[in-house]
Formats: sequence, C-alpha cells, structure tokens
Amino acid sequence: MSEVEVRTGAPGAAPSRPASPSGHYAMRGLVASEWTKLRTVRSTMWTLAITVLLGIGLGALATAETRAHWTASNQVGFDATRTSLIGVFFGQFSIGVLGVLVMSAEYGTGTIRATFAAAPRRPRVLLAKAAVFGAVALAVSEVVAFVAYFLGQSLLSAPAIHTTIGSPGALRAVAGSGLYLCALGLFALGLAAIIRHTAGAISAFIGILLVLPIIVSALPSSIGIDIERFLPAHIGQSMVSLHTGVRSFAPWPGFLLLCGYALAALVAGAALLVRRDA
Amino acid sequence: MIEGRGLTKRYGSKVAVHQLTFDVRPGVVTGFLGPNGSGKSTTMRMVMGLDAPDEGRVTVNGRPYHDLPWPLHEVGALLEARAIHPGRSARAHLWMLAQTNGIARRRVDEVLEIVGLTSVAGQRVGKYSLGMGQRLGIAAALLGDPGVLLFDEPVNGLDPDGIRWVRNLLKGLAREGRTVFVSSHLMSEMALTADEVVIIGKGRLIAQVSTEELISQSSQRFVRVRSPGIAALRDALERDGATTVSEDDGSLSVRGPDATAIGELAARIPVTLHELSPQSASLEEAFMELTEDSVEYHGDVTPPAARAGSGGG
Repeated sequence: MSEVEVRTGAPGAAPSRPASPSGHYAMRGLVASEWTKLRTVRSTMWTLAITVLLGIGLGALATAETRAHWTASNQVGFDATRTSLIGVFFGQFSIGVLGVLVMSAEYGTGTIRATFAAAPRRPRVLLAKAAVFGAVALAVSEVVAFVAYFLGQSLLSAPAIHTTIGSPGALRAVAGSGLYLCALGLFALGLAAIIRHTAGAISAFIGILLVLPIIVSALPSSIGIDIERFLPAHIGQSMVSLHTGVRSFAPWPGFLLLCGYALAALVAGAALLVRRDA
Repeated sequence: MIEGRGLTKRYGSKVAVHQLTFDVRPGVVTGFLGPNGSGKSTTMRMVMGLDAPDEGRVTVNGRPYHDLPWPLHEVGALLEARAIHPGRSARAHLWMLAQTNGIARRRVDEVLEIVGLTSVAGQRVGKYSLGMGQRLGIAAALLGDPGVLLFDEPVNGLDPDGIRWVRNLLKGLAREGRTVFVSSHLMSEMALTADEVVIIGKGRLIAQVSTEELISQSSQRFVRVRSPGIAALRDALERDGATTVSEDDGSLSVRGPDATAIGELAARIPVTLHELSPQSASLEEAFMELTEDSVEYHGDVTPPAARAGSGGG
C-alpha cells in the first residue's frame, strides 16, 4: 500500500522460497473447495429453499385438498403415496437449476479459469462437483420426500385412505423420489458441462423434462409408446408411484437407466472440458 | 522460468499467436508488450494451460502446466480482473482456491492483508470497484506463494496510488528471485517496471530485449532547426553528411550532427537560427514505431500525404 517494500511471502520466509508440499493436489482438496463454492453463493440457498418449499408445500396442499373433497369414489385407483409426493415433480426443476448453476455460473463469471488454473486436470474438477452437489441434492431431496410423505399421510385422515411407510412399495417410492431428484440434478450438471451457458443448459434441461414428452406424445402411438418409457420424466413417474404401468420400466431398472443418462452427460461433459479452451 | 517454443494459436481462420518463442527468466520483471489484440492474453492463457496451443509448447519450471503437482504453489496469475463470482466474498473466493492446493486458511488472511482488502474481505465481490477487484486478483495470484507470476494488465482500473503499489509489488517479487511476467499495452508503464521486454505484434515476436537496450536503440535523436536561411543551412548540413527532413511547419529535422555542431556550422555560413532544439523520440513513440505494422485496429487520424511528409518520430 505504500512505497516501502511490499512483503509477499509467508511471515518469516527467507527470500529463498519454501518448498511445495510433497505429492500432488488431490480429490480431497477439490471436494472441500467445491463445498466452499456451493455454500458461499446465495443461489444455492435459494434453489434448495424452493425445492423444499415446493416439494413439501405442494404435497401438503394436494393431500389436504384431496381429503377436503373426499368421496368414496375417490378411493378407486387412489395412490396416497404418490399424491403426497406430487411436489417432487416441481422440485426437479429447482434441483436441476442448481445442478446447472454449479457448472455454468463458473463459466458465466469467469471463475472457471481460476478453478482450472488451480486444478488443471479438469475431469477431476467435474467429479468433485458431482460428488458435492450429488451429496447435497440427495440429502435435501430425501428430507423433502420423507417429510412430504409423512406430512401428506397424516393429512389424509379417515375416511380418506393413507399408506404407512411399511406398506408395499411405499418406502421404495419415497426413497426413490429422492434418488430420482439427485440423479436428475447430476444429469443437469452434465448438461451444463456440455453447454456451459446457464440459460442454454436450463432450457435443454426443461426441454428434456417437459417438451420431449409432448413431442413424443404427438408421434403415432405405435412409436410413441415405445419411446415414452425412456424419457426421464416418465421414469420419475414410475419411481414415485406404487404401481408401474405395463409399458413403463420397473422403478429400479428405470432408475439405473436415469443414472446412465446422468453418467453419459457427465462423461461427455468431462471430455468436452478437456478438449475445449477454458 | 517460463519457456515458450513456437507457440501458435488459431481461432478459426484468425491467427492469434504465430510461432512465438520467448523466455521469461527468474529474478527480473519481464514486460509483455503489444498493442491491444496482439495476442498477449492468449499467450498467457496458453502458459496457464487454459487454452491449448495448436502448435508448439510452453513450460513452467520445465513442465507443461497440466503436469504441475501443486499448480498454485508454482504459478500465480492475474489473468482478467473480475473473473470472480460477484455473489461470493473475497475471503470465500480465496479460500475455495486455497483448498484445492492444500493452502492454509491463515494464508488467505495474509494475502488479503498484502493487497489491503482485509477490511472488506467479507463483502460480496460484486460490490467491489474495479481497483478492488484487481487487488483481489493479485491476492489470488499470491495465494500459493508461487515462484512464477503472471499479470495481465495489472494496473488497469487502479488509481495512481494503486499503480505505484503494483509497480513496487512486481519489483519486490522479482527481487525475491521470482519469475514475473507482466503484460501491458503501455510502453511507458513497462519502462518504469520491467527489466526486460517481450514485444509482440499481431501474435508474432518483434523483439525480446532488455528495457535499457530498447530505449537506447530506439530513441531516435534529432535536432529541430528553424531559420530564415533554412535552405542554405540544409545544403551545408547535407554536404557534411547529415540527414535532413523539411517538416510541414517550416522546421528542419536534422539527424547526425548534434546541436553544437549545427550551431557552429550556422555561425560559419552565417545564418540566423530561430530554434535549435535537440529532440528525442519518447519511449512510447519508439514502441509505436516497432509495432506500427502490426497494430490490429488502426485509428488513423493523419491523412496519408501528411504522414509521408513527416520524418519519423
């Protein structure tokens, strides 16, 4: 700040500079760094708060509404588990947006160059992002799913029917909806690594979730029905439902397929991160 | 030590950097000079492993950047100001970088202190002025206490006090035995800071020389003479082997003899002198001359005829 000599080294450091630590920068540091990044921007808090609010609030709203207008005819084909988990459908957008931002915000702000200068092995950076975001997304989604479920079932008081977590398929549907959100978020992260722009990646993500089903449903039904079950949104429907449609994938094979999509997007993203200039 | 060998980078059909070979040695400040758009930033990004060269290679301490085991402990860089998430605080930004390379938390506070941002370290970076952003970028470069430092236009946006601070910082870093590579489009700034300069234009190396050498080589000394008997004086000077150029304003630019010799010659003729003033081209002009053919975007205000008539400078 002044004319006097500016000291730059560690205190007490001789003009000869200290040696670097042994070994190599490692995943542990990258994961810690990604955790710091995630918790030090407001968008994380906002997207997660919206996920919680929509996931729990809309489930509660839907179940309370169902109970208020309950008639005996409702009972036919009523899926109490699924009704309480309706908020998951909305939560997938906010989780997806956070997944996109984890990557695209670095490109948007230019932070990516500092990140890659600190850790030039780029696929490791993406892996650290996937690990940290995946863990956070899973934790939040599972909390949302379980709270929404128990809240919803308690609102579905008699004469309405409700399920318990011990009911066949209920635990799978509740835990599965959290897993579904997490895998979908990782898919969004992979999309962002490929596309790099926030708006573009969010558009692609929403397009795949919302627009693709519309396009498929416009196809001749002989083709459309075979394609439909491969769509992420359709997989999600079967994961949160107690009963799976005959043409859908069973919940777990569907989930594996969704994980495959996420992995494919992340691997493609990693390959492009290496190939392209930062 | 930074060694670039035959670096070439193309963006589509446009060649940003062409066959660039240069060395940046430890212990001195090496300036990286060139007009805007001459490929300085591209070259620095290639050093940092951010852009991949199409041809050639560049190493830092003998290794490609990608292979450095602890990059921040070896290289620090300020590549562009404000390439920082505006919603994050300065401290969080530095801390997340420190964590990648196993740097202790107290080092974050140290570099904040060095650049004078301690009191605002908790504020969101989006609220920072350009100069504060620049200081944060410098703090990030110093984080790993690296032996090699790159600064791309570090004085941009700084007030005179800040500029002086950066100058002292760069010199101090070099004095500690570090390799310091600083880009600028201002020759005058480099003359005050750099011991050596790498000059490029249109992505090609024009010269790598010591600053002193550049100054002595390129400062074209001449003497401006005004006289009512200018024609006679010119003839006499040319007979003695001087080079003269008649300027539009009626003066005569004389290269060769110094002012004393011209004055004595004038007395012998005799002619009256109205002006006899030694001129030397400024460093800025010398730099402009060197890079004249390689400026990417000309903003020419002089009509071609006038340019042809004027003698150098």
